[in-house]
Amino acid sequence: MGLDLTVVPPFAGLILQGALWTIAITASAGVLSFFGGIGFAICALYAPAIIRYPIKAFAWLFMTTPLLLQLFLIYFGLVQIGIDIPAFFAGMIGLGLHFAVYNSDIIQTGILAIDKGQHEAGRTLGLSRGQTLRKIVIPQAVRDVVPPIGNNMIALLKDSALVSVIGVVELVHASQLAISETFRPFEFYLAAAACYYVVNLLLEFTLHRIERRIALTR
Amino acid sequence: MTDAKPFVEIRQARKCYGDLEVLKNISLKVNKGQIIAIIGPSGSGKSTLLRAINDLDPLTDGEVWLEDTQVNKKLPHKQYENHINKVRQNIGMVFQHFNLFPHLSVRENITLAPKMLKGISDAEADRLAEEQLEHVGLSDRIDYYPSQLSGGQKQRVAIARALAMQPKVMLFDEATSALDPELVEEVNLVMKRLAEEHMTMIIVTHEMAFAESVADRILFMDGGVVVEEGPPEQLFRAPKHERTKEFLAKHLRANALAPA
Amino acid sequence: MQRVAPFFLEAAWVTLELAVLSTLLGLTLGAIAASAKLYGNVVFRSIATVYVSVIRGTPCLIQLFILYFGGPQIGINLDPFSAGVIGLGINIGAYMTETIRGAIIAVDSGQMEAARTLGLSKFQAVRKVILPQAARLMVRPLGVNINAQIKATALVSAISVVDLTYTAQRYIGSTYKPFEMFILAGVLYMVIITLTGMIVSWLNKRVAIQ
Repeated sequence: MGLDLTVVPPFAGLILQGALWTIAITASAGVLSFFGGIGFAICALYAPAIIRYPIKAFAWLFMTTPLLLQLFLIYFGLVQIGIDIPAFFAGMIGLGLHFAVYNSDIIQTGILAIDKGQHEAGRTLGLSRGQTLRKIVIPQAVRDVVPPIGNNMIALLKDSALVSVIGVVELVHASQLAISETFRPFEFYLAAAACYYVVNLLLEFTLHRIERRIALTR
Repeated sequence: MTDAKPFVEIRQARKCYGDLEVLKNISLKVNKGQIIAIIGPSGSGKSTLLRAINDLDPLTDGEVWLEDTQVNKKLPHKQYENHINKVRQNIGMVFQHFNLFPHLSVRENITLAPKMLKGISDAEADRLAEEQLEHVGLSDRIDYYPSQLSGGQKQRVAIARALAMQPKVMLFDEATSALDPELVEEVNLVMKRLAEEHMTMIIVTHEMAFAESVADRILFMDGGVVVEEGPPEQLFRAPKHERTKEFLAKHLRANALAPA
Repeated sequence: MQRVAPFFLEAAWVTLELAVLSTLLGLTLGAIAASAKLYGNVVFRSIATVYVSVIRGTPCLIQLFILYFGGPQIGINLDPFSAGVIGLGINIGAYMTETIRGAIIAVDSGQMEAARTLGLSKFQAVRKVILPQAARLMVRPLGVNINAQIKATALVSAISVVDLTYTAQRYIGSTYKPFEMFILAGVLYMVIITLTGMIVSWLNKRVAIQ
């Protein structure tokens, strides 16, 4: 059959729309995973045992099973017990929680690495433990872990492809729609791959900018 | 002056780490406006004593008083936290390694605690920061970040940060030990100015000359006890105790060897 | 549950096979690309750089789709399992390239100089001095990669390899119990991952002692 890239342009609108949904779900799941990661990290380090252990168990579940399975469980499984979440939100929650668990690990390490003198300086000024954590320790820890968190965001972008299987019409699913009309999988998957590559470059560029901006404040 | 009510008082302080007793029954009275310098070899317990004053290193036994308030009051956890946070607002502390907040600008370092704890407005906070920085001679560095400052400048900002809370007493924990020799003087000058303004100060230091020039009273500590105390001219020129003499002699010799 | 259990166990075996084979392929590709990047000429270096950049810049799922669904268009006809192993292997190979390269770079450059002053050739120095030290640094990150790889194998269910995830989906059709099926699959993944994790940390301890 050979390759014929001219089949792609007529579907450019569909593919671009898919790309926008890919960006939308990556961004929203990214925000969720970032703040969720901070929340989990604080709970895992400082919450009373009754909260800490369930959180740790939950994290362990997420780290030892495939994301695809987690998405299936949230989207198809929860319906069985009466929880029906629209595909986009199921995907966002699945991706967001999955990466929140990984971010939490990184942020915990970051918090523990903050010098004891920073805690002491805060407490000496009269700040409470909570205020010291919130205003002094956590902002620094988050800055310190920007590079590994950034890597997770890049992984999240690529893993967002998985939400196509629960019916979100992002890049992969949009390509599949085009393929079902043209029977040209190679060209359209290649087009989708190219879109991912470009979005990935933009994301890497943005992360690099952020890293440079905070370099001064570390 | 002699029978004035003490401003800061430590009563029979004991501190143990397991079997190791690092403070052995130390008592100390500091009057308002007085400047105390604590000297002694490393491991003598001088930093531990200083850090007990704001309960950063809680005592095993004994009491710490600031005016009419017991600093290390035994209270249930929640109440203790409230109590100590209030007390610490009155006790400024300067650390050996500055402990500036690297993610905040100089201005924000100074205004963070006053804004959060005293609820002052942004405009007031800005004025406070400018005022304190002028005091330490760093007005032009207000929007810098700590990573852009020299060690001496960092320490001067740290002093400004502590002063911004308008503390009743200032604690200095080897404030110049981590500095390059040429940067020590600028920090000493700031501390001298504070002394002239009659700030109550307790200074742990390795610098005998500075201690002599600024302090009203010197404490020599060794092995967790105060071996000898007195006015600087007496303690440095005519020490009574054998251990004091030894320590000062060693120190003089080390200084003689050090490059000028 | 009892009726489907044997099928799930069989599928778990497929998942394990996929993980092991694709990891071996990935290690080989990673070693080749890492050497190309570090010691190759401009051509090899460029090829390796493009390989790593493209594979790491696009989702694994798309790579599998291009290989399995797009392959026949350019004359590559693979059965699902082979496509799964090759696709996953090519994908993880790009990540392993960076792991291996990082470990080699982390070995002090003084080591290379010392070996060269003794009269060893560059190749001998790499083989006898650099690699043995780098290998130890690689165990932990490779362990992380393998853990990720086991989870990544779930993707091949989308190209109809009968692995754990595919099996779970298939039996949902006949049992109408998605929750139970997914949890059963999840538990088996956990067992596989926990066991591999134990093997890796055991390995890690062994190389650390030496």
